[in-house]
Amino acid sequence: MRKAKAEKKNNGLTVLLAIGLATVLFPLYMTLVIAFKDPSEMTNNIGDLLSLPQTWQFSNFIEAIQTTDFFHTLFNSFIITAGAVIGVILLNSIAAYAIGRNMGKSRYFKGVYAYFICGMFVPFSMLMLPLVKEVSILGLDNRFGLILLYIVFNMPINTLLYTGYLKNIPIALEEAAYVDGASHWTVYWKVIFPMMAPMHATVAIMTALSTWNDVMMPLVILSGGDSQSTTLPLAQLLFQSSFGTNYNVAFASYLLALLPILIFYLFAQKAIINGVTNGAVK
Amino acid sequence: MSKQKKMHILFTLPMVLMFLVFHTFPLVRGLMYSVTDFKGFGSYDFVGIANYIELFQDERVLNSYLFTFKFAIVCTIIVNIISMCMALLLNSKIRAKGFFRGMYFLPNILGGLIVGYIFNYIFTFLVPELGKMIGSETLSVSILGNTNLAWIGVVIVVAWQSIAFNTIIYISGLQTVPQDVYEAGAIDGATKWKKFWKLTFPLIAPFFTINMVLCMRNFLMVFDQIMSLTNGGPAQSTESISMLIYKAGMTADQFGYQSANSVIYFVVIVLISLFQMKVLNKREVQL
Repeated sequence: MRKAKAEKKNNGLTVLLAIGLATVLFPLYMTLVIAFKDPSEMTNNIGDLLSLPQTWQFSNFIEAIQTTDFFHTLFNSFIITAGAVIGVILLNSIAAYAIGRNMGKSRYFKGVYAYFICGMFVPFSMLMLPLVKEVSILGLDNRFGLILLYIVFNMPINTLLYTGYLKNIPIALEEAAYVDGASHWTVYWKVIFPMMAPMHATVAIMTALSTWNDVMMPLVILSGGDSQSTTLPLAQLLFQSSFGTNYNVAFASYLLALLPILIFYLFAQKAIINGVTNGAVK
Repeated sequence: MSKQKKMHILFTLPMVLMFLVFHTFPLVRGLMYSVTDFKGFGSYDFVGIANYIELFQDERVLNSYLFTFKFAIVCTIIVNIISMCMALLLNSKIRAKGFFRGMYFLPNILGGLIVGYIFNYIFTFLVPELGKMIGSETLSVSILGNTNLAWIGVVIVVAWQSIAFNTIIYISGLQTVPQDVYEAGAIDGATKWKKFWKLTFPLIAPFFTINMVLCMRNFLMVFDQIMSLTNGGPAQSTESISMLIYKAGMTADQFGYQSANSVIYFVVIVLISLFQMKVLNKREVQL
């Protein structure tokens, strides 16, 4: 009796949710149809605007790719995101490991922990102006500089995540490895680092999404110098004036810029949702 | 000092040094610039707290704080109410649960800047056409061009993206509520509303706290969506604090002055975060 009740699905709510999906899908549908339309199909009539294109124009995409130097900016975004993810996982995790294992018994580590955590309260806009000066003096107003900054600015939250996760890893494992004569370096990379894999996944997903979509940091850091380092979202901003009133090319460009993350989401939806949830809740 | 401790200090060293150079150093430099008349180039003089005094009389600055707070508070309330409802819906006995959860999360992974451009088009071309159809004078022109309404456009876009995220947090909260709590509630004859208010809500209060704190923090730093929706306009009516610091500090010779502004901004964020955590933590119930 109770089991039957548990399996009964509420069809009314399901329909309601399906209708509600329009709020999510409408902007994407609109982007899609406008990106494929010929400029002559763009009238003031809503029906015409939102109908399917009469002929699917790929020329908008070709123009958008040329205008924004799409493959170059895509490559930049990819390099910066990959660099940030790898750097964060290697450097943030080892520091957080040392902090997590020692902060109960050492003032140095307790202090470092508090030092990093306090960084969480500092908004990027507060550091932005002096940072631009510093970075350009050091010649880091480029992709490499951005990667370094992402590694630094992700440290506060990752300190919290990694030290929290470390509490679940029994210290006996390390002690056993020390007895076998392993060095501290080996113990970390061979024993602890692999055991933190679920947290690496969470950290990687959070870092990848925030880095990929970030506009503010590339905007200010690259402002003085290297336009060759422009990222995919930033290119949409920089080329706004080149699009002019040609919304078809503009939307083709937006669609291209959204495509990589949509594909990523299609294949790793579960991992992404889990990663984002763990990152916020833990 | 034991060998282990020495090694472990070495492990932290790369991050500590990088943090010093790229986080603490600019922080201290910012504090130093904030008491100068530095334009961003050339020489500059020490001006004491003159910048800070001027900030409190500067209408553009005050307006940006007013806008940012109005936006953040309204958006936090809207996002949390809708997210809670969405989470209850998506956690009820529906078909294709995984599919719906995946779809409703989609807006969150898209970049705020591009989403802003897409909605900019909707507000500029589609909404006015609809406004004409229903005969509304206010809606028949773009709300983004209206100094009184443009901020609502920003609320809609930011909410569209944030609801996706906060819903997922509330769902993970609802999943921690054990079923037998409800069975006990059913025996006592509790109504649905009462069940939510007296049973569910107190049990997921920690998730409510997380969402409130994250929302406020993120919304007080709003930037990307405004950049593509209104660029701070019309007449600076949607200029958030981050945007003001960026625009005036980077391009309008106000480097020192906006450094002072960013110090105030930092203090405000710290105070609000601490206040929220203190107030909200008190309300949580431990099961």
